[in-house]
Amino acid sequence: MNPFSSGTRLRDMIRAIRACKTAADERAVVRKECAAIRTSMNENDQDYRHRNLAKLMFIHMLGYPTHFGQMECLKLIASAGFPEKRIGYLGLMLLLDERQEVLMLVTNSLKQDLNHSNQYIVGLALCALGNICSAEMARDLAPEVERLLQFRDPNVRKKAALCSIRIIKKVPDLSENFINPAAALLKEKHHGVLITGIQLCTDLCKVSPEALEFLRKKHTDGLVKTLKGAVNSPYTPEYDIAGIADPFLHIRLLKLLRVLGQGDADASDAMNDILAQVATKTESKKNAGNAILYECVETIMSIEDNGGLRVLAINILGRFLSNRDNNIRYVALNMLMKAITVDAQAVQRHRATILECVKDSDASIQKRALELVYVLVNDTNVKPLTKELIDYLEVSDQEFKGYLTAKICSIVEKFSPEKIWYIDQMLRVLNEAGSFVSDEVWHALIVVISSASDLHGYTVRALYKAFQTSSEQEMSFQSTSKKKTHQESLVRIAVWCIGEYGDMLVNNVGMLDIEDPITVTESDTVDVVKIAIKHHALDLTTKAMALVALLKLSSRFPSCSERIKDIIVQHKGSFVLELQQRSLEFNSIIEKHQNIRSALVERMPILDKATFSTRRAGSLPAAVSTSSGASLDLPNGVAKPSAAPLVDLLDLSDDLPAPSSSGGDFLQDLLGVDLSPAPTQSGLGQIQKADTDVLLDLLSSGTPIQSSSPTTEILLPSQNDKSPIATLDARSSSSSLSEQATSSARAAPMMDLLDGFGPSPLKPEDNGSVYPSLVAFESSSLRITFNFSKQPGNPQTTLIQATFTNLTPNVFTDLIFQAAVPKFLQLHLDPASSNILPASGNGSITQNLRVTNSQHGKKSLLMRMRMSYKIDNKDMLEEGQINNFPQDLGS
Amino acid sequence: MIKAVLVINTQGKPRLTKFYDILVLIDPIAYENFLPFSSQRRQTVEKQQELLRSVFGVLCSRADNVSNFVEADSIFGPDSRLVYKHYATLYFAIVFDSSENELAMLDLIQVFVETLDKCFRNVSELDMVFNYSKLHNILDGIIFGGQVMETSSAEIIRAVEEISKLEAASNSISLVPKTVSGWRSR
Repeated sequence: MNPFSSGTRLRDMIRAIRACKTAADERAVVRKECAAIRTSMNENDQDYRHRNLAKLMFIHMLGYPTHFGQMECLKLIASAGFPEKRIGYLGLMLLLDERQEVLMLVTNSLKQDLNHSNQYIVGLALCALGNICSAEMARDLAPEVERLLQFRDPNVRKKAALCSIRIIKKVPDLSENFINPAAALLKEKHHGVLITGIQLCTDLCKVSPEALEFLRKKHTDGLVKTLKGAVNSPYTPEYDIAGIADPFLHIRLLKLLRVLGQGDADASDAMNDILAQVATKTESKKNAGNAILYECVETIMSIEDNGGLRVLAINILGRFLSNRDNNIRYVALNMLMKAITVDAQAVQRHRATILECVKDSDASIQKRALELVYVLVNDTNVKPLTKELIDYLEVSDQEFKGYLTAKICSIVEKFSPEKIWYIDQMLRVLNEAGSFVSDEVWHALIVVISSASDLHGYTVRALYKAFQTSSEQEMSFQSTSKKKTHQESLVRIAVWCIGEYGDMLVNNVGMLDIEDPITVTESDTVDVVKIAIKHHALDLTTKAMALVALLKLSSRFPSCSERIKDIIVQHKGSFVLELQQRSLEFNSIIEKHQNIRSALVERMPILDKATFSTRRAGSLPAAVSTSSGASLDLPNGVAKPSAAPLVDLLDLSDDLPAPSSSGGDFLQDLLGVDLSPAPTQSGLGQIQKADTDVLLDLLSSGTPIQSSSPTTEILLPSQNDKSPIATLDARSSSSSLSEQATSSARAAPMMDLLDGFGPSPLKPEDNGSVYPSLVAFESSSLRITFNFSKQPGNPQTTLIQATFTNLTPNVFTDLIFQAAVPKFLQLHLDPASSNILPASGNGSITQNLRVTNSQHGKKSLLMRMRMSYKIDNKDMLEEGQINNFPQDLGS
Repeated sequence: MIKAVLVINTQGKPRLTKFYDILVLIDPIAYENFLPFSSQRRQTVEKQQELLRSVFGVLCSRADNVSNFVEADSIFGPDSRLVYKHYATLYFAIVFDSSENELAMLDLIQVFVETLDKCFRNVSELDMVFNYSKLHNILDGIIFGGQVMETSSAEIIRAVEEISKLEAASNSISLVPKTVSGWRSR
């Protein structure tokens, strides 16, 4: 009769499965067993039913399908014996769940067993119901369970209480019936029943506002008394966990009190004293004691405000933070994260301890703490916090570095009080963890550097030094054959800045007080870039950036030009198309196009932060580049192809107010045209093509245009050579070839193209003014001519030199020049060189004007003027208006 | 609420799995679209294995000196935490939601293991393998439908022993279970 007597026994099956060497073996054994069980089931073999199901449960745990055993469960449940019922219910809980139709069939058996005279069978049925109850079953069986809440045996009562939780969760409407019996359980003396009763009440409060109201009114005081009793009760070894009396009861009580106190001042008031007692009296050496404290803190933070208690609670968390147990520190950080919304000030007090946790040996605690620190940062503490974090960056684990770097960068960007601080911090981060800095971060850094014009010199020197140190370190690491990741982003930024501001590096321009002067020769500077380009580990982007930097340096340092050319030429045979092409193009610029080189490689205009941010956010501004000539709007702001880094970089400029947008485009064409991805926006392709042609024309000798006139002549920025330049311009503005006719009107944009960047600081005389001068006013007695120029990096502002010439044979005295401009312009007049103008053009007066166009690119300049002077003490007054300013000055 | 209790050995073999929250196990899309139960069922079995694998992957990669808490949202869905303890060749893990106290769950593992130890007199992995149904009896005595029911190991053992006695009694005199139970319930 013993079900374990024949066939393979459960034990044997387990042994057989354990003996399997491979997963395939195991599958074979299980398949064989399952087949045997199915056969046995089909034969309706009652003796083996029990054992079959036991086996199936084991097979189920191993992860094989066992649904064919479900009907067997029902049969076992329906049988009379306790062992059959027990295994049947066990199988029911494991093999079935609330979604299965079979469950409908079991409701009736459950109902019978809930009313069974054997309390153990009632217990089994309750247990099964508590695990698998569906909404339908809840409705059908709720009356039975409700009745069992008053059953004489406490073990049944506690099961009934927990089963009720499942029922009210499934069908909240039923909660009304449970309120009174549940409240009655709160007066229980039996420990198990009390604890489950409290749980039931907590869940009732969650699903039913009436229950919450009722329990709050009638039972808050009683629960406070119960908790008081538990706190002060003599030691009961039965419910002791590691020396702490009954933590679960404490925790359950605190949870229910939390629900009752939340949003109700009276109830919160009633529990203040006992909470303070728990918070101060509980032993905090053991985990169980801390569990109680932790729960108590959460209750204090959730109930209605009591300042004193909250300080107590946050101090407990502060103590937790310095606990040696990882778990305690972890939960404390979790709770502080919640507490920060309640009382940020109190959490701030523990900043130092939290900061210590960032340096924890446990990675999950580090991460939590860092998140918390990130939330704690504000304008007042950003400096010390960032310093601490960056200091830690030096010694942190490799795995944590990436995460830490990202957070630091984000903090620095968000809270930076001044640019120099931002740059300093970022340089430190680049030094320590350059390989973890994301592209977005170093792009943003370049934007900031570019806009801090007074810090250019400082930054480039700092970067130069950092780069030197970094490569020296690397050398020493190589010799000890240790692995050291090169600080890629540091190199990129350094190379970019050296390219842009190399001259400031050599001449110690813009020294700050905090700096020590360094001696760097032009050749040293080139060395640095050379190291970057030669370094085998660096990637294509960095090398490409280094090439651009070299090109720029070739113009900044004419003495090194030959050497730079040699370095660039070395890449002529590079297998990477990108580098090869740059090498060839740049070489050709250095060799053949000396005259435009300095203009081509002029400093980047100041990058605009707002535009960069929108760009970064992924939305390409609709009309970023405003231009009279060609408008090339590369679509690379959205999907950046990794092979087009330079475009990316230069691209930053073309949506900004460049000195002349056609010039900006031209530069881009020249330096990055072939990096641009296939045009993704229809319509652009045509334009890009045209621009490419320009470049090809420029760089290849032998095209019809250039053979028609000598190259040098084309590129001479002289006003006589208008025709070839006009040709280029016509192309760049993507107009038809017919427009290449030698129209002098078209010459202006090209002039601007070459001069738009202003004179290079090293050889300003090379360029001169290329904006055509303008006769601003001419009458029978007086002529005024305007000469225009712009400062590099400041395209909005036009500098005008006005020259006054006297056309009469009489001397003008007391000459006063007045000018008026519309609101969108700002005008600044410097004093005139004199107020006496000699007769008959035998000398002139000059006066400088500065006009800043706030609508640069949208509106053109406009000016009204009035000249008053005296001839033989006779007042003269003349007036005029200028609306024919050169187009490219600002429109 | 407790969502699951898992015992896995250090080789990744499950030794005890009990899920209290069915939503952990099913694909919510299949559930909401009323896919045939058979296909849901297959998913359930597969999902269970997948969960065990992910949990084991997380547990065995954790160092000894770290906390016992794991963010389990990626494995068990939103609002899931996992507490585990490592005893000899076994990992004991409890998955639960934010309504439970993490530190108390750690204590609950302690209660479970202490109870096993008392039941089997120095419990080993083998005891757990071969006394599969007794293991479930013990667990059902501690956790009931995802709620903590009993934390006193003496109480738990008493309940388990009563069940064992009943089984033994009805096995030896299988024709008179009613008399036994009738006598007991009096």
